[in-house]
Amino acid sequence: MDDLEYDVVVIGAGGAGMRAAIEAKAQGARTAIVCKSLFGKAHTVMAEGGIAAALRNVWKEDSWQVHFRDTMRGGKLLNHWRMAQIHAQESPDRVLELEEWGAMFDRTPDGLILQRDFGGHRYARLAHVGDRTGLEMIRTLQDRAVELGIDVLMECTIQKLLTDDGRVAGCLGYLRQSGEMVLLRAKAIVLATGGIGKCWRVTSNSWEYTGDGMAMALEAGADLIDMEFVQFHPTGMVWPPSVRGILVTEGVRGDGGTLRNKDGERFMFWYIPDFFREETADTEAEADRWYDNKKDNRRTPDLLPRDEVARAINTEVKAGRGSAHGGVLLDIASRRSPEYIRSRLPSMYHQFKELADIDITKEPMEVGPTLHYMMGGIRVDPDTQATTVPGLFAAGEVAAGMHGSNRLGGNSLSDLLVFGRRAGLHAAQHANAQRAPGAVDPADVAATERRLAAPLERAGEDPYALHHDLQAVMQDLVGIIRTRTELDEAARQLGDLRRRYDRVGAKGGRRYNPGWNLALDLASMLTVAEAVARSAALREESRGGHTRGDFPNSDPEWGRKNVVARWRDGRIELTTEPLAQMPPDLAAIVGSEPKATEQTAVESTAPAGLGGHR
Amino acid sequence: MTKAPEAGPREVTMRVWRGEDRASGAFADHRVAVDPGMVILDVLFRVQATSAPDLAVRWNCKAGKCGSCSAEVNGRPRLMCMTRLSSLPLDQPITVAPMATFPLVRDLVTDVSFNYEKAKTIPAFRPAPKDADGTRRMYQEEVERVQEFHKCIECFLCQDVCHVIRDHEENKEAFAGPRFFVRLAALEMHPLDTNDRIELARAKHGLGYCNITKCCTEVCPEDIHITDNAIIPLKERVVTEFYDPLVWAKRRLLGR
Repeated sequence: MDDLEYDVVVIGAGGAGMRAAIEAKAQGARTAIVCKSLFGKAHTVMAEGGIAAALRNVWKEDSWQVHFRDTMRGGKLLNHWRMAQIHAQESPDRVLELEEWGAMFDRTPDGLILQRDFGGHRYARLAHVGDRTGLEMIRTLQDRAVELGIDVLMECTIQKLLTDDGRVAGCLGYLRQSGEMVLLRAKAIVLATGGIGKCWRVTSNSWEYTGDGMAMALEAGADLIDMEFVQFHPTGMVWPPSVRGILVTEGVRGDGGTLRNKDGERFMFWYIPDFFREETADTEAEADRWYDNKKDNRRTPDLLPRDEVARAINTEVKAGRGSAHGGVLLDIASRRSPEYIRSRLPSMYHQFKELADIDITKEPMEVGPTLHYMMGGIRVDPDTQATTVPGLFAAGEVAAGMHGSNRLGGNSLSDLLVFGRRAGLHAAQHANAQRAPGAVDPADVAATERRLAAPLERAGEDPYALHHDLQAVMQDLVGIIRTRTELDEAARQLGDLRRRYDRVGAKGGRRYNPGWNLALDLASMLTVAEAVARSAALREESRGGHTRGDFPNSDPEWGRKNVVARWRDGRIELTTEPLAQMPPDLAAIVGSEPKATEQTAVESTAPAGLGGHR
Repeated sequence: MTKAPEAGPREVTMRVWRGEDRASGAFADHRVAVDPGMVILDVLFRVQATSAPDLAVRWNCKAGKCGSCSAEVNGRPRLMCMTRLSSLPLDQPITVAPMATFPLVRDLVTDVSFNYEKAKTIPAFRPAPKDADGTRRMYQEEVERVQEFHKCIECFLCQDVCHVIRDHEENKEAFAGPRFFVRLAALEMHPLDTNDRIELARAKHGLGYCNITKCCTEVCPEDIHITDNAIIPLKERVVTEFYDPLVWAKRRLLGR
């Protein structure tokens, strides 16, 4: 077993992890970064649309205050106000810093960074590179990390956080290529492991997204909050079946594309909630004018926040107005020139051409909701990203609070940069204040080694079948619209899966064995899936990414609470705790809480609103 | 709008390389059911779920964006996530083999650390000072030239196909390969960069070994014109800097 020692170990090598490692190294800490895949392949590389930052290159009227307001309202005010404030204030500097490290964003006519429109953002705000912004960001950070000489462990999956008297002492994992265990002793650890999308069948997420960081943090004593809030991106590919779930960037709508049902109707005009009515266009003519003139026109409802659009599509399909393969149509072909489409959306053009035989400059795309992002996760201090476990920090998708009940598009890449940097900074400071890492208990190491080896030593439940069944539970019972009955059934079935999991077996050896690797990943998936299903059953209201068919309205009482999950005696325990209260000056910027009747586009209420339009 | 599901056989034979070293490994046939629209990676997932649970395959995004699932399909270097079954003859076995240029880890997975080591040898971006107003201005026409190179997803298919290292292990020491010529070109043509890497490209990265057969360009899944837009301009810069008598004399006189 390799036995290595560092000041700071960063687990996860997407945008947040890379930015954290760069900062920790710059602070003089001996730093290692652990990648579950190869370096530069993490999920951030798939991000398409852009990085939200009030750079004011396109609209001088923009400011951190407007960005803060948009973020809080997009999250239906359940965000941690302080994270949303820091994020809006610091993201412009983080974007400009990427340019110092070689990134090349698309430009305005006078040579500055161009910004594009996206859902829920008052002004064109997203710095971007066509529709491959994530690739530009990850390569820029990767090159910077190489320049700084940060140690990189590739294809290494961390399985256990080690603590000494409650504080971080290191972590244990295995190297995929050899199957051997590795021990990393550390004074501080930054978790940047991303989300949990692989618990669902239809998802835009890659194989790595199995909730490892959340499950390990929970078991090490950290709090998870807001686990009921998962984001279904409204536009994933739906056909052919093998590509179902692959992301279609919101940039298609930002650049002029519009959603239509099978009858060609722009149905989003039927689903404008009161909470956004004042800032949303109510005629097609106004919506189309808004792209060029934001002063005199309101935003198109095609660019309502993602939760609103995903619910609207869900309702249209269930009402029988969907497309041939159970989605809706996303049309940019009839609205923009082929040259414009190919230059602004080259990856989308390529993706549909190669995978679906569709030319998006000539035909509409067929799209539907796909599980995309986890708003919930590890509770952190808004300024330092410290968890409740001393020496343990978390940043990016694995952390919670920043996005409240729903994340705006473009706010993820900026979140990674802003809080990745802060996590790296504070982890390094924490490490510098320690004389040595905590002691590693050999019993912990032995127990983890036994747990890792166990699936290889028995012929038991097939990990692929277990994963398939877990995805079916989450897809069918913990989807866009939830009910008490279905959530209770989900919890019961997850319990059955957990019992089957105790007998999971993997054929073959330890060297690059995907069946064995999946068997180990399933442990964290089952833990986070249970936290999601049970948190969703507890929150009896609809808000952002959590919609209850049996409680279709938002409830101001629930608007003041987070659901908190903790590990107690080997089980998940749920409580509610009061949300941090915004100072009055910031509350005045944001505006009022949604009224009790405002969560629209829930299946049970939408058809009534359609009569006058059809 | 959407086409009818493509017609074709409901089952195919996947002839997949299995083993932990090149000498003792061999191809194994797996007969599997297929559905319309499938790519090679989907079929391999089905092989894993039905008959070979420990089949080693490296992949990540399954959307052509991360460059992890490179392999040789029917002898051609490709991304498995972007290779449609419908683009191949299905009445004969489909062979899938690991990339030949890199050491084998297991089955379809190779050790690509060669590339990460080469990346460390390239001097980083060094920007010029900011403009007087504190901004950095670059124009869309200038950035587009470099953005083509930034499309690289590091799938290393260009490295795999390049005969300089594919057929000559001994060249790996002195040759960085097409991917890193693309990276050098991106830095050299960055309007704000101040580092000079031309001597390095010639002496350490083996630019001269490339004899412009364009194999790299042909396999690039991102359609980067590696040979025409990266390698040839770099070669021209080497010629200008090292073999142009005027530049040579000036450098001697100025001592740099």
